[in-house]
Amino acid sequence: MPQMNMIEAIRDALDVKMSQDSDVLVFGEDVGYFGGVFRATAGLQETHGLHRCFDTPISEGGIVGIAIGMAANGLRPVAEIQFADYIYPAYDQIASEAARLRYRSNGDFTAPITIRTPVGGGIYGGTTHSQSPEALFTHIAGLKTIIPSNPYDAKGMLIDAIEDNDPVLFLEPKRLYNGPFYGDPHAPAKTWRGHELGEVPSGHYTVPIGEARKISKGGDVTILAYGTMVWVAQKVAEDMGLEADILDLRSLLPLDIEAIEKSVKKTGRCVILHEATRTSGFGAELAAQVQERCFYALEAPIQRVTGWDTPYPHAQEWAYFPGPKRVGNALRSVMEG
Amino acid sequence: MVSEFRIRTETESNMAKQSGSNKSRLYVPEPPFRPGDTPDYSHISVPAAHSPVRPDPLCDADETRDHATSLIRVMRFNGETQGDWVPGISPEIKRTALRDIALTRAMDERMFTMQRQGKMSFYMKSTGEEAVSVGHSLALQDTDMIFPTYRQQGILINRGASMKEMMCQCLSNSGDPLDGKSIPVLYSFKKHGFFSISGNLGTQLIQGVGWAMASAYKNSDEIASVFTGEGATAEGDFHYALNFASTYRAPCIINVVNNQWAISSFQGIAAGEGETFAARGTGYGLATLRVDGNDVLAVYAATEWAAERARRGGGATLIEHFTYRKSGHSTSDDPSKYRPESEPDVWPFGDPLERLKTHLILIGEWDEERHVELLESCKKQVRETYKSAEAMGNLSGETRVNDFTMFEQVYEHALPHLDEQKRMFAQERD
Ligand SMILES: Cc1ncc(C[n+]2csc(CCOP(=O)(O)OP(=O)(O)O)c2C)c(N)n1
Repeated sequence: MPQMNMIEAIRDALDVKMSQDSDVLVFGEDVGYFGGVFRATAGLQETHGLHRCFDTPISEGGIVGIAIGMAANGLRPVAEIQFADYIYPAYDQIASEAARLRYRSNGDFTAPITIRTPVGGGIYGGTTHSQSPEALFTHIAGLKTIIPSNPYDAKGMLIDAIEDNDPVLFLEPKRLYNGPFYGDPHAPAKTWRGHELGEVPSGHYTVPIGEARKISKGGDVTILAYGTMVWVAQKVAEDMGLEADILDLRSLLPLDIEAIEKSVKKTGRCVILHEATRTSGFGAELAAQVQERCFYALEAPIQRVTGWDTPYPHAQEWAYFPGPKRVGNALRSVMEG
Repeated sequence: MVSEFRIRTETESNMAKQSGSNKSRLYVPEPPFRPGDTPDYSHISVPAAHSPVRPDPLCDADETRDHATSLIRVMRFNGETQGDWVPGISPEIKRTALRDIALTRAMDERMFTMQRQGKMSFYMKSTGEEAVSVGHSLALQDTDMIFPTYRQQGILINRGASMKEMMCQCLSNSGDPLDGKSIPVLYSFKKHGFFSISGNLGTQLIQGVGWAMASAYKNSDEIASVFTGEGATAEGDFHYALNFASTYRAPCIINVVNNQWAISSFQGIAAGEGETFAARGTGYGLATLRVDGNDVLAVYAATEWAAERARRGGGATLIEHFTYRKSGHSTSDDPSKYRPESEPDVWPFGDPLERLKTHLILIGEWDEERHVELLESCKKQVRETYKSAEAMGNLSGETRVNDFTMFEQVYEHALPHLDEQKRMFAQERD
């Protein structure tokens, strides 16, 4: 089976869809000839033509705006926002327009767009290349928000997103592009080569939006994670010798609440991880839903492990990042509780 | 009106590439040259013998319509100056400009190399466009507030900011006035009238207009000067800025540094191929000037004109500085992937440092020997300053930034939940 890193898997998904469906267009800043600053669209212009993979003006609102118009007119646009930190000029187009077009017109018009954007820290990107704004989008009715943690899922989920008839925000944890990251920046970098999840089938397949990936089947504790934190969770649980049920949520909205409920009712303990700031983060939603459904099964308070409620600092990147130490402390406290 | 200096691309060749199974009527502009091509800019006629007239700085904006599509130049390539825009500045000031351009370039060189050695996470050079910053800064008062992009380090050099502090900011070390919070080059120097640089493109243009409106409200003589690259003029914020500046006659200068490239996108992506960036101001009723950005005297002259207009109540001016980004976008970029490697060398407007040097030699105020000495002394100053800066920490070793500072300056006074998180962090550190 072909080995791919996450960038290659994303590019392959785009290539598969562009080959299958001439309505699929790919565009964004530096996306065309150059192939994107992370190279996710490299070669697509050459293969599919200048008018199917092209550069846009530096105007995120414009990028999402044309995507909506194109989609309403029958195309399947895939827009790239260079960094999620730059998505805010497009917020109005996403929140007020893409997410509401179906509702407002009672199904008369729809906006089946996919927006891809890199999220998360770990590359010394500072305040403007590190953010995880997922909660600002899961709060929007009419929008789906998903985030893969490995090449296999990235390809299958992106294909599913492009085929979805609703607008989908596809978040790419940039620290995972080249390999899994276990939370220690000083450890030698791992690549996806030789990793089971770096084996990516060629051609078309989907990983359905809305299903969590169950990583291990322990009975000690449930860990809810997504993106980069999935790998940190695995490493810490392993190092602590915990039999943890780790759920890689993959899809934040829609959420696989059945899988979560089943696991927490089994373990009675729940730790939630995300890189984003804590207050009003997606972890708050998860904690609320878990207690609504599993309150009587819980043996300890639900714990959240997150970034601090500050902007993402540059030099203090690893002091900010919710690394193994912070995750370990929460796991210990939940196990003692 | 279409400018004769815009870079025209061939619609026909574009359409040809879209033939076959990929036929479509959707037009997508392309730059004239890509890697593998031999760049030829002979179709850009560099105006040698004329400059558009210099109107009164308080003229009707309408009188600057043609200035938006022509090009103000003062220095010819042989060093002679000519036309109405020749600024009345002394050889001393010209030598200051020469030194500041050379010093900015030397600092950029050094910092780029040190980034390659892992001493800092990132760096951005301004090579080839230093005359824009230096010439502009020279023509303003030090109390005028500048809203720069990440490519105006020449302004800090000209205003006498501490190079060591600048370097420490890039090194994110214990001497960094920003305590490591920001990525390299996103300086903040209020004491030098240099607004904190945001990483989000375009956002500060309209803030600069607001600053200028406040100056007017306070009956102050100070003006604001805001910068954007040509690429970021595509953001809505640019249009907010033009609109508000026009409506309230804000005492400000809106500078578009057209260095031809926005990372890998040529300028035709930002603007379409029909008009200049300066002409964007025409529709908003702003005064508009378009200037040879590699001609430091022309930049000075245009800035002086716009500053006078703003200070005397004439309102805002949009200046397009026509220049070229000789280096990569940043240390993360490889320009050979999207433009011919020789393009910087064949760019027909020459190099700002060389052009000023030629002029100074022609008027008998400079010579080759002094020039070599100048370059040497700039290098030496940069080398020594860097050494003392790096001694305060760097990213490849210890930055020596106190990690707890990340909780500071989120709010004026720490809020309880942040204090709590600070305590959690302290535990994590034990
Ligand atoms: C809102 C926003 N979108 C995208 C980016 C990413 N980005 C950083 S610099 C850049 C190119 C800017 O080009 P230009 O405005 O021409 O300025 P130059 O770099 O040429 O000086 C891009 C796309 C950003 N920083 N902010």
